[in-house]
Amino acid sequence: MQLPNLTIREASDLLATKKISSVELTHATLQRAHEIDPKIKSYVTITDDLAIEQAKKADERIAKGENVTPLTGIPFAAKDCISTRNIRTTCSSKILEDYVPQYNATVINKLADAGAVLMGKTNMDEFGMGSSCENSAFFNTHNPWDLERVPGGSSGGSAAAMSASLCSFSLGEDTGGSVRMPAGFCNVTGIKPTYGRVSRYGLISLVSSFDCIGPMSRDVYDCATVLETIAGHDPQDSTTFNSPVPRYTQHVTKSVKGMTIGIPKEYFVSGMEAGVESSIQEAIRTYEKLGMKIQEVSLPNTKYALPVYYLLLFAEASSNLARFDGTRFGLSVSENAKDVIDIYLQTRHKGFGDEVKRRIMLGAYALSAGYYDAYYLKAQKVRTLLRRDFETALASCDILLAPTCPTTAFKLGEKTSDPLEMYLSDIYVVATNPAGVPALALPAGFSNNMPVGMQLIGKHLDEQTLFQVGHAYQQETDWHKQLPNI
Amino acid sequence: MQLTYEPVIGLEIHAELRTNSKMFCSCSADYSNAPEPNTFICPVCTGLPGAMPVLNKKAIEQATLVGLALNCSINEFNTFARKNYFYPDLPKGYQISQYELPIASKGYLDILDDTENPLRVVVRRVHIEEDTAKLSHEKNYALVDFNRAGVPLLEIVSEPDMRSVEAALSYATKIRAILRYLGVNSGDMEKGILRFEANVSVRPSGSSELRTRTEIKNLNSFRALTRASAYEIERQIKVYEKGGEVMQETLGWDEARGVTISQRGKEDSHDYRYFPEPDLPPLQLERAWIDSIKSGLPELPDAKTRRFMEQYELKRQEAMLLTSEKSLADYFEDVVSKSKSPAKTIHSWIAGEFMRYMNDSGLALEDIVLPAEKFAQLIDMVTDKTISGNSGKIVLNEMLNAKRGGDPQEIVKAKNLAQVSDTGFIQEAIENILSDNPKEVEQYLAGKETIVQWLMGQVARATKGKADPNVAKELLAKALEERRN
Amino acid sequence: MAQQIDTEMVKHVAFLVRLGISDEEAQKFSGQFSSIIDYFNMLNEVDTENVPPASDITNNTNVLREDVAKPSMSREEFLNNAPQSERGYVKVPTVLGDE
Ligand SMILES: [Mg+2]
Ligand SMILES: [Zn+2]
Repeated sequence: MQLPNLTIREASDLLATKKISSVELTHATLQRAHEIDPKIKSYVTITDDLAIEQAKKADERIAKGENVTPLTGIPFAAKDCISTRNIRTTCSSKILEDYVPQYNATVINKLADAGAVLMGKTNMDEFGMGSSCENSAFFNTHNPWDLERVPGGSSGGSAAAMSASLCSFSLGEDTGGSVRMPAGFCNVTGIKPTYGRVSRYGLISLVSSFDCIGPMSRDVYDCATVLETIAGHDPQDSTTFNSPVPRYTQHVTKSVKGMTIGIPKEYFVSGMEAGVESSIQEAIRTYEKLGMKIQEVSLPNTKYALPVYYLLLFAEASSNLARFDGTRFGLSVSENAKDVIDIYLQTRHKGFGDEVKRRIMLGAYALSAGYYDAYYLKAQKVRTLLRRDFETALASCDILLAPTCPTTAFKLGEKTSDPLEMYLSDIYVVATNPAGVPALALPAGFSNNMPVGMQLIGKHLDEQTLFQVGHAYQQETDWHKQLPNI
Repeated sequence: MQLTYEPVIGLEIHAELRTNSKMFCSCSADYSNAPEPNTFICPVCTGLPGAMPVLNKKAIEQATLVGLALNCSINEFNTFARKNYFYPDLPKGYQISQYELPIASKGYLDILDDTENPLRVVVRRVHIEEDTAKLSHEKNYALVDFNRAGVPLLEIVSEPDMRSVEAALSYATKIRAILRYLGVNSGDMEKGILRFEANVSVRPSGSSELRTRTEIKNLNSFRALTRASAYEIERQIKVYEKGGEVMQETLGWDEARGVTISQRGKEDSHDYRYFPEPDLPPLQLERAWIDSIKSGLPELPDAKTRRFMEQYELKRQEAMLLTSEKSLADYFEDVVSKSKSPAKTIHSWIAGEFMRYMNDSGLALEDIVLPAEKFAQLIDMVTDKTISGNSGKIVLNEMLNAKRGGDPQEIVKAKNLAQVSDTGFIQEAIENILSDNPKEVEQYLAGKETIVQWLMGQVARATKGKADPNVAKELLAKALEERRN
Repeated sequence: MAQQIDTEMVKHVAFLVRLGISDEEAQKFSGQFSSIIDYFNMLNEVDTENVPPASDITNNTNVLREDVAKPSMSREEFLNNAPQSERGYVKVPTVLGDE
């Protein structure tokens, strides 16, 4: 029995029956991380001592039978944009390389309350700006299925760590596919919840109106377990929903017979890798066998999702990243600074990578006097149309099904020279974020030995149906059980 | 022919709201009583990564109250926006404010202009925003204290409707009075709790064009507001007279040198790149809620002035003096209610000796301990002639200086100030005076009637002010006539 | 409306976001920006007459907090993160210009 390969549910059962301890599980996972991660480079920071300390506490809780949850004693990793008190939180940026938050994100507090064990912080594209994890200011993360390839982005570290069994679950953050796209590339399950379902308090903002923290895990059941724990209203985040969080895990086994899957026709056009397309078609057939109805639907504004997404991202990010100015925390460069402006200019020049620079400059452009109406405002209007697209399509079916990416994981360096081409790899995942709807990514097969990801897109706040439909698929297939040979 | 110019002035008034906690976080907003710099801070108001704002309910209520008091329509749907710029007192790199949809707009305030004629100043908008941190400039660096960062701030923007410095002052004074009436701002300008920005332009008299304006920032007293505006008006007129053009720019006011100074920084300083604040859902204020706030509006200076004129038969200026401060108006009414004397008499006492004492001592009404009941007793003693008016003033000052009020009857007794209308006592004094001053009596009888005043003075002195002047006057006249054989 | 983002414009927006930038960088970004902006101009095809801009996607309104003051975070920890501090203040270089 390889402890780090266990699902949360398996590990939790073993912990409850005291066949293993959290210290054993955590220790084994840490050991594997130290052994394997030098090849993958999914972690920016590993917190060995703290993890063991938390594992001991979890074991005490289990021993006393007090306050034990399905996550008590389970080791996890968090994307490095989620604030962790006394543990540096870098966003994989030089500007935050030595930044140690004074406070925990709400999700971190919730997981700590549940008794989960924090292993460390994972690599990402700098501030979440990227689709391959190659925009980390520190190092590239490698895809555990092929070290020559990218893990996807921006939550590449969280996906790779999960894929390589370097944690039992991880937290990613999805602004425009950043959980789903790397989940697809790395053969793990991950969800972008409904916008507002999970608190963003303590999440270092990229796009305040898109950002969603979402778990990545071995399977749908685990994903539901984690979401159930971290979701819910937060008085410190005014954009969270007040409605109660369903017990997702209690309903995942419900039959999907008679439900309808919508296939957005705009997502099945030329340019898709043959192996991706055939895997998705195979998944559709699996659902048909389960008694689901398949129906073509249309998301007519799909081709505008990418420009809408990027325009709004640039605009909000240019404002969200203004606070990194070298005066209160983080990097501060002040060579011969005569004026505070010199600190701003030098710190931000040295501290931000090219992609960040590009995006915040373009964001300022899109918001500046004279261009606001043509860019920012126009994008917000088209965003309304994108939302309506999903509303209309989901009125006639229960969920939508689509690939997470037109291709499988590409080679490191393959797309770094042309920013626009890199942006295009997000084509299937970005539209859900401006619309706010939830989407679950799960393994759907292999193309040329690389994982293929598919996503199920649901109605607002209807994660329940996504889990139910995703779980049904994982009862019929074992793609999600395939582990990289590393 | 020499062209004459007319100033065009608009005011932006920044008023901190009086709440317990800050606008977007739960830190104490009472920064002026913070024990040390950077002690009322949290991730939100210091702009730490990941922190998010949450609206303060009380601040919304107070902002609504101000909007209603300024006759604005409250925008039932209103939203927040980010104003983006870099400055070390602005931790997030943007200020959360309101832009397209402020909480209140299109109101007005009636004032009296420089010719004492009524002028209606249009209030364009009232919006909610957050205050910045406090920056102290040292010789080669600056120090930042975030205790003030995030304190709720209202911005009250007028149309450029004022045509004189006096009108601008009158508007500013009245806004301050209203804010104090509402209890949402102390009006303390020295501490920066209330501060002004003046938009000033000039144009040829009689024209209706709007010329380029300049913006004078951070005016922290009425004096600075009037001096800076007057200076700027003169400066712009001179520019035009020399055939020049006024540049649109931001100015500072140098109090010591009495000049405005250009603060024009980099060319982008006005491209604030406003956009809707994604971290804050909009406000959807219900009509019923707005009405309930409205029902909590106190009687405001204008209405109170009208009522005082009617109810107490005061002249406009008399009533306005009393209603300039709510506490003063309340005190007046309190004294009136406890006194048997006419309201006009009570006004005279307050406007006269009482306010003279306030001015001389520099004390605020709140710092003066004189129970209305005692003041009323004193005034009534003068009215019913128990003591003379002069004695009344002595007693009042005695009471005011006593710090804890003092009892007028006791003071009168102690100082032996009680007025006497006992004719025997006064008669005796008059007989003595007339026999001691035969020359003056002779002059009177010869027709010099003004000598009566002098003789009255002698009576007052002899009776130590205790003689009722009316009684004394009558008896004196009788005694003099008796000597006309 | 295909517009050229020249190096002057790149420098202007760089200054708006207080980003130091060299001439070579301005040159490089200028080329990239033009093609990205050109791509964005695709949105001009969309008829958005009578379409309101999307704003809050949760449809939450009136999310308010009671006006209760609570104790604050540690100043020491806050200042530990600051590059420079003095007597409990955050210290920054001279501040010129307005705002
Ligand atoms: Mg303002
Ligand atoms: Zn605070």
